[in-house]
Amino acid sequence: MKRVLGRIAGMIPVLLGVTLLIFILLRVVPGDPVSILLGEHYSQETIDRLTRVMDLDKPLIQQFFSYVGNAVRGNLGESYTMKRPVTTLILQAFPSTVKLALMAAAIAWVIGILAGIIAAVRQNKLLDHLFMGMSLAGVSVPIFMTSLFLQYVLSFKLKLFPLTSDGRLISLILPAIALGWNSAGSIARMTRSGLIDVMQQDYIDTAKAKGLTKASVILKHALKNSMLPVVTMMAIQLSSMMSGAVITESIFSIPGIGRLATSAIQNRDMPLLQGTVLFTTIIVIIGNLAADLLYSVLDPRIRRAV
Amino acid sequence: MEKKTKQTGIQSEAHASDIGEKYGWKEMLHQMWKQNPLAILSAVLIIAIIAAAVFAPVIAPYKEAQQDLTARLQGPGMKHLLGTDELGRDVLTRILFGARVSLVVGIIPSVISLIIGLILGMIAGYFGGAVDYLLMRLVDIMLAFPSLLLSMVIMYTLGRYANSVICIFAALSITGWASVARVVRSQTLSLKESVYVEAARSIGVGKFRIMFRHIFPNCIPSLIVLFTLNVPSCILSESTLSFLGIGVQPPAASWGLMVNQSKQFLFGMPWLALAPSITIMIVVLAFNFLGDGLRDILDPYMQTR
Repeated sequence: MKRVLGRIAGMIPVLLGVTLLIFILLRVVPGDPVSILLGEHYSQETIDRLTRVMDLDKPLIQQFFSYVGNAVRGNLGESYTMKRPVTTLILQAFPSTVKLALMAAAIAWVIGILAGIIAAVRQNKLLDHLFMGMSLAGVSVPIFMTSLFLQYVLSFKLKLFPLTSDGRLISLILPAIALGWNSAGSIARMTRSGLIDVMQQDYIDTAKAKGLTKASVILKHALKNSMLPVVTMMAIQLSSMMSGAVITESIFSIPGIGRLATSAIQNRDMPLLQGTVLFTTIIVIIGNLAADLLYSVLDPRIRRAV
Repeated sequence: MEKKTKQTGIQSEAHASDIGEKYGWKEMLHQMWKQNPLAILSAVLIIAIIAAAVFAPVIAPYKEAQQDLTARLQGPGMKHLLGTDELGRDVLTRILFGARVSLVVGIIPSVISLIIGLILGMIAGYFGGAVDYLLMRLVDIMLAFPSLLLSMVIMYTLGRYANSVICIFAALSITGWASVARVVRSQTLSLKESVYVEAARSIGVGKFRIMFRHIFPNCIPSLIVLFTLNVPSCILSESTLSFLGIGVQPPAASWGLMVNQSKQFLFGMPWLALAPSITIMIVVLAFNFLGDGLRDILDPYMQTR
């Protein structure tokens, strides 16, 4: 328990640092948000008034602390272009991204772990080389290529899936495959190397000597212990999945967080961009923490060591 | 004193060349060919692509921005091997010229993030204490960001003020250095305890001299591997940013931008998007295969099975 609290406390400087960094990055350039908000025609008076209303005349450090203060209370400011609170927009978009990410993760884990097990069992045989080659290809293919390919072949040519998202679960399958494909590759490699490692240990020999079948040795004895690094891997994947969601959401027009971020950039909507990036990064940090804690729950050696 | 410093310098070179002796260049190539022929083939392919990019004006069948409005959106054929785009530009020519942008965007940010990561990683590892703590928290912060979103923020900020390619350099260098710093730091931590560094320290060699003469040469193998694996990820990031329309801006051509421009014709003329996509995939795969192969040979610390 103490450890959990310690870890949560350790998160705070990182969270503050992340917020500060986004805050600074979005404000280092002289191009001020007021002119973006007003467009081409405006008077000096309007500029002054808006600058005051938006607190832009205050020192940067004061702006930062009032932003953090508001953010803690769930207020991320108002979107310039959509004229609505950023928090509302994010909370509306979030479920779509979660659904997409969960489906992608499920696909990645099932494919990745299965391929990893098969490759480990057939180590250095044809199937192993084939799967490992495919996993490297999986990491090397840009997500937009997988997305466009799936969209063209399965939706447009074979008409199996809707072209773009319409809110139904079936319309999320293609984007989820496109998003999960990359992760499946690294999970497969991780599972394979973990399993090969574990298979060389003594207790596996014991299990074999007892006369257990190969399947039961792998599934009951080896797999459990080789899954530990994969759990950490999944947390790392969360971050790249959030990046990937930006692309798949844009291609399949899914109204998620990634779409918000791209539209914020296109419309130069600073509060919206700041809010979405901050929100996504916090999700990733929390996900990493959860994986860390899960790791120590799963591995008694670590639990005792702390 | 002067003499002794020189001697330790020689010692460290001896240490560095120890690795070299174990794997001389020829032997290394031979061993790699035996172990991992794909890596060698990838290296050849990469050299060929770099050459194609350098000599693009000579080998490209058409001029860089030559438009032929009478031959728009043609399929692959004899006249245009990979077809033409919506302005009648030859796709093969655009891919060859796009290679210049895509490769430069892959290589330069990798070099920059390597240098930043190397310096900060060595400082963190060697000095330890508060410096180490602060730098590593900064690394944690950088690594917490989903890299694409961070690059998007940087493109948003710089995009209006600088050339888009330079913005991408900045975005990818800022997002890339942290993981390099982490690897270099952990190597510095173990090298710091080695006997030859202790010897250098005991005769009074300065901290920075130790870092650059004794620790840096031993980091080179992992730096080469990190570089080879960083290039493809930069190429992918650039193509993704350009695909989203916030990377390289026209009239410059990069592979990602070509996919972006052709996605509106996806259902009628899929080859337009396919050609640059496949090019990206092949180049990235080649770098990844090469990086994997180099890692197995050069870097026992980072070996994966």
